[in-house]
Amino acid sequence: MPGIDYAFIDSVLEQHGYDKTRIIAIMQDIQKQYRYLPREVIVYIGEKLHMTPAKLYGVATFYKNFSLDPKGKYVIKVCDGTACHVRKSADIQQAFYDSTGMTPDDSMSSDGLFSIERVACLGACGLAPVCMVNDIVHAQMTPKEARRLIAELREAEKDEA
Amino acid sequence: MSHMIIDGIKCEFENARNVLEVALNNGIDIPNLCYCESLTTYGGCRLCVIENERGGIEAACTMVPKDGAVVRTNTAQLREFRQGILQLLLEGHRTECATCPQSGKCKLQDYAKRYGVADVKPIDYCREPIDDSSPAIVIDPSKCILCGKCTRTCLQLQNVNAIDFINRGNETVLSCGVGYKLADTNCTSCGQCAAMCPTGALTIKSDAARVWDAINDPTKKVAVQIAPTVKLGIIEAFGLPATAQVMGKMVTALRLMGADYVFDASMSAYQTILEEADDFKTRKKGGTVLSSYCPAWVKHVECDHPELKDRLSAAGSPMQICGTLIRRKYPDDDLVSVAVMSCTAAKAEALREENVKDGKKPVDIVITTQELIGMIREYGMSFAALPDTPTDNFFAQVTGDKCKTPVALRIDPDKCIGCTKCARRCPVGAITGKAKTAHVIDMDKCIRCRTCMLGCPKDAIENVSLDGKTRVAVVNGLANADKLLEKIASGEEKYDFVEVMACPKGCPGGGGQPEECIFGKPDRSTGTFELDFTFPEQPAELVDVKTFVKGKNKELFRVR
Repeated sequence: MPGIDYAFIDSVLEQHGYDKTRIIAIMQDIQKQYRYLPREVIVYIGEKLHMTPAKLYGVATFYKNFSLDPKGKYVIKVCDGTACHVRKSADIQQAFYDSTGMTPDDSMSSDGLFSIERVACLGACGLAPVCMVNDIVHAQMTPKEARRLIAELREAEKDEA
Repeated sequence: MSHMIIDGIKCEFENARNVLEVALNNGIDIPNLCYCESLTTYGGCRLCVIENERGGIEAACTMVPKDGAVVRTNTAQLREFRQGILQLLLEGHRTECATCPQSGKCKLQDYAKRYGVADVKPIDYCREPIDDSSPAIVIDPSKCILCGKCTRTCLQLQNVNAIDFINRGNETVLSCGVGYKLADTNCTSCGQCAAMCPTGALTIKSDAARVWDAINDPTKKVAVQIAPTVKLGIIEAFGLPATAQVMGKMVTALRLMGADYVFDASMSAYQTILEEADDFKTRKKGGTVLSSYCPAWVKHVECDHPELKDRLSAAGSPMQICGTLIRRKYPDDDLVSVAVMSCTAAKAEALREENVKDGKKPVDIVITTQELIGMIREYGMSFAALPDTPTDNFFAQVTGDKCKTPVALRIDPDKCIGCTKCARRCPVGAITGKAKTAHVIDMDKCIRCRTCMLGCPKDAIENVSLDGKTRVAVVNGLANADKLLEKIASGEEKYDFVEVMACPKGCPGGGGQPEECIFGKPDRSTGTFELDFTFPEQPAELVDVKTFVKGKNKELFRVR
């Protein structure tokens, strides 16, 4: 795992004027960089903003969008809202687990590429079953399509390397 | 004045925050678990539900009292409702009432009995491990009912915020964050969270067993010092009159249990004041000097205001000084030094390195007033009937040493009605005067323990600057102290000396006291006029402290 760039953290804090009341925005900016909130960073911003780890942890664990565990490069959100659920989103999620070699307890695949989350409604019920990979919505998914997607992302990574 | 009808009783109110307060002030006990008048309203436990005229259910703690409103606090509907809530709470609470340290003073236990809740199996309690890392406070999440009193106390009264809720919904749990234990945080061990906790989720760590072990070890001698405010808690616990003299009984009790020497730490409190005054004289030019005898305050400064660390007075606390004197008198290694305090932070203070003098920690074990009460009850003696025994104090207050303490206590002669309560509570006989005439405090004796303040029916005792020129402030509660520090830093206020006690009522209401001392309302009755009250004189053969330590007071009684 790469080390924490404290100069970056300082610049985020600077941008928000070291304002305690902007703690959610600060955490969002930090999460954008690291894809999660590293423990050391929580302690660090606590010291800088005179907030205790208990308070910061309370905020970070309240919102589902914040993660305290490392996330893969591609965060796959499998929708399990009513429409997706009845159209067998569970099978799609299982296909993602199988093709990435993950289990529901893992927060990230061993190659650091993928994270799989089950979310409530993504708001695209007409396209059910839906999943999102980072910011891109994939409509009318099937287990086969899920496996193909993972293979495609792996391939893209290889090319990049 | 407005009034409302609660259960058919006309209840008058003025500036009441909510209906719950109106009811409580009028002697109607509506059950509640998450409410405290000194904290913000949470409205979480829903036990204080009441029925309005239309049969609608509202929580009394969030209902604004209106003139002429009619409510009922006990109806069939409310009873069922409360039973249901208690049942749900108990299912998420690891019930072990026979062995729980909170048993007997647990509000959940009390309400479960009161509302006849039966057939509850604790099935869904929190499985997080017990955190006993702190020397003073134990957190047991399996007993937490998420009322939020502790987190609000920690944040709103103390501005510490060492504990907070994490996660959401079903998974909410009390935590110190990022995997910290309480000992890793800025917790000051003030113990107010444990005092607030309605269940056994937060309790004071008991060291009574260690004291019993020391007493029962034939190779060890045990010396016990008792802080001046402890007697207030003892008086409450054993139902004695507010002005009872219990020091002699406490000595007898401890001797019966097997303690070898018992000391009254009032004397060393005076030594703290002398050292503080002397230290203040040399440092006042450099800016505001902060008092240092409250260990929770010292920890708070170290953690949250490290830039002010060198503004703390150098004086050791009364416990440190008394312990050091005891070690000097009995230098043998087999002596176990025990302190009985109204304070829970003293348990943490006893571990501090800077207190070590002559190569030894001045105090080995600290127990709170509550633990002493428990030990007296365990022994099974009838405390009220015990005879008096003199203490083993071998040292006397330094007399004739005109103390230049910055902060002094003064009785306002216009308010004082001469009820003698303060004089009879004063542990050092500093208050004199005839009944029905205004009393005075002798500054050469006063140890600023504020025991008198808690007893005064007229709020006649005030904190003043002794010379009238030194600008002094006295603050209770760390959040209040922080606000004052901010004003000093911004230049809005100027003070030469600031005295801070972390607990909202100061040391008399310390975290280790029975709850009557912490939450009890001041006794406003004025009917205890007695004939002239004189405090027993100290025997003449006592050595004064300075002679005893051969003038090494600076070396021994200063910790910074």
